[in-house]
Amino acid sequence: MATIVLLTCTGLGLGALYFLVASGLSLIFGLMDVLNFAHGALLSIGAYGAWWAASGNLPGAGRSGFGFVLAVAFGTAVGTLAAVLLELAVIRPLYTRPREQILATVGVGLAAPALLSAIWGSDARTFPGPAALSGTFPLLGAAIPVNRLVLVAAALVVLVALRLFLGRTRHGLVVRAGVEDRAMVTALGIDVRKAFTLVFAIGGAAAALAGALGGLYFGSVDPGQGTSLLIFAFVVVVMGGMGSITGAAVAAVGVGLVQQFANYYTAAGLGDLAVVVMLAALLLIRPRGLTGRLA
Amino acid sequence: MTSELTEPLLSVRALRVVIGGRHILHGVDLDVAASGVTALLGRNGAGKTTTVRGILGLVPRTGSVLLGAEETVRLATHNLVRRGIGYAPEDRGVFASLTVAENLRLAERAGAGEPDYPLVHELFPELKTRARQAAGTLSGGQQQMVAIGRTLLNGNRLIIADEPTKGLAPKVVTEVAQVLERAAEAVPVLLVEQNLALVRRLAAHCAVVADGRTVHRGPAAALLADADALRRLLGVGRHDAGTPAEAQPRTALEPTAPRPSAADEDRPAAAGAGKAAGTANTEATP
Repeated sequence: MATIVLLTCTGLGLGALYFLVASGLSLIFGLMDVLNFAHGALLSIGAYGAWWAASGNLPGAGRSGFGFVLAVAFGTAVGTLAAVLLELAVIRPLYTRPREQILATVGVGLAAPALLSAIWGSDARTFPGPAALSGTFPLLGAAIPVNRLVLVAAALVVLVALRLFLGRTRHGLVVRAGVEDRAMVTALGIDVRKAFTLVFAIGGAAAALAGALGGLYFGSVDPGQGTSLLIFAFVVVVMGGMGSITGAAVAAVGVGLVQQFANYYTAAGLGDLAVVVMLAALLLIRPRGLTGRLA
Repeated sequence: MTSELTEPLLSVRALRVVIGGRHILHGVDLDVAASGVTALLGRNGAGKTTTVRGILGLVPRTGSVLLGAEETVRLATHNLVRRGIGYAPEDRGVFASLTVAENLRLAERAGAGEPDYPLVHELFPELKTRARQAAGTLSGGQQQMVAIGRTLLNGNRLIIADEPTKGLAPKVVTEVAQVLERAAEAVPVLLVEQNLALVRRLAAHCAVVADGRTVHRGPAAALLADADALRRLLGVGRHDAGTPAEAQPRTALEPTAPRPSAADEDRPAAAGAGKAAGTANTEATP
């Protein structure tokens, strides 16, 4: 029982990470038809930003208490800024050339981790998390790491915030309409490019937050972290349905849980395979993903 | 109904559209009168919808599109539309996952004054009662009401309606026609339409495109009264019910635009083949 509880909590924590990465990816693809292979880089940038700040390089930031919150906020802000720059400098000039656009994001996705390696080395760096979050708490006989709880809480906050943004604001309305028919949105007199930059900022912020909190989850940061998470985030996006936040949330939980349980109860590594099998099975049964949107 | 178009609101000259290396429009000339309805006619696949999309900049285009005195051919679509154009596209362009109210709210334009919901709700009371319904669950006629309602919200200078009666039940066609008639009292309308009875009722002026260029411009009544011209330009047979008959070889005698050799350029699209299957088949096979 204790094992199952622990696996469930760890799976949910992992699912929370996947959701944070996949939500932005899904919105970006849904609205802009851009497969952003640089999304993992945004996560790494967020992770290193938070690590750099928490390691005492940013005045006021640190490894505990408010200082740590500041460090996470700093990492998120740097990732958001990077996402906006990416959209304005790389994606925007290539709006009419989707193939070049994909190649450019692949390039950034390779270059950013290489740059991080060049500056801070390719070895994993210990992530200085606060003591309060590195402990465990008892739940139904299992000792659950506190950071899993932090991840799930952060993902829930992002989920609710995104749903409020999409459902209640005019910008959210433009994004939802743009996911359906971008050309018609412009034909109503709306500059849809502003929405593009906005979803990149939102997606970048969520990914960078995933990076900063992923440091807690993994206990370290390394340049390739984002790229390996990105693969599963793509699986989540496809399963959840492009452009659907709720679909991404459900799929992220499913992928996280299946991966954890399969990795524990079968051979290590089979969990990753199980996720891909799950994706294939879902696409065979429901080609449009969980939410019925065209994949 | 004068044939002269003094001071047209919208003046299109030599509009050309090339998509993926294929010339879809070779030079469309079109004037939209400053009042009333101007009809844009043509057979299936002639380039009517592409003309409209070209005017709006939804497809890459060259040539000249004057709105009032302003050249707009280099404007991005949203900037052009903000100058006062309401557009109801061929497929209605209604956002299925958004509610009726959200569809209308999206069309509200900052700086265009208070959105005229009283007018829209008066013309289409259903849009009020169904405000919270997802637009994807509406009937075709109701979706068309949303599409037209959006164009009436902002006090536009021009309304462009692309086949607003396509696929609608006769009763709904009448309803849409009434609304267009009323809208046209206040705002000039460019109407793409296959239903010639409707054109007769609404339009003062018309232009006919064939194979991507303008082949006729003039008063609508004169064209509709000329059975020979109708058959030649639109392929409409003895009764002007809007059903395309087989292609007329006499089109080659058309004075303003000799039928180009690449007659199939604009029509291999599935749309053309579906709508006029008979014609497409006979023409496509060498």
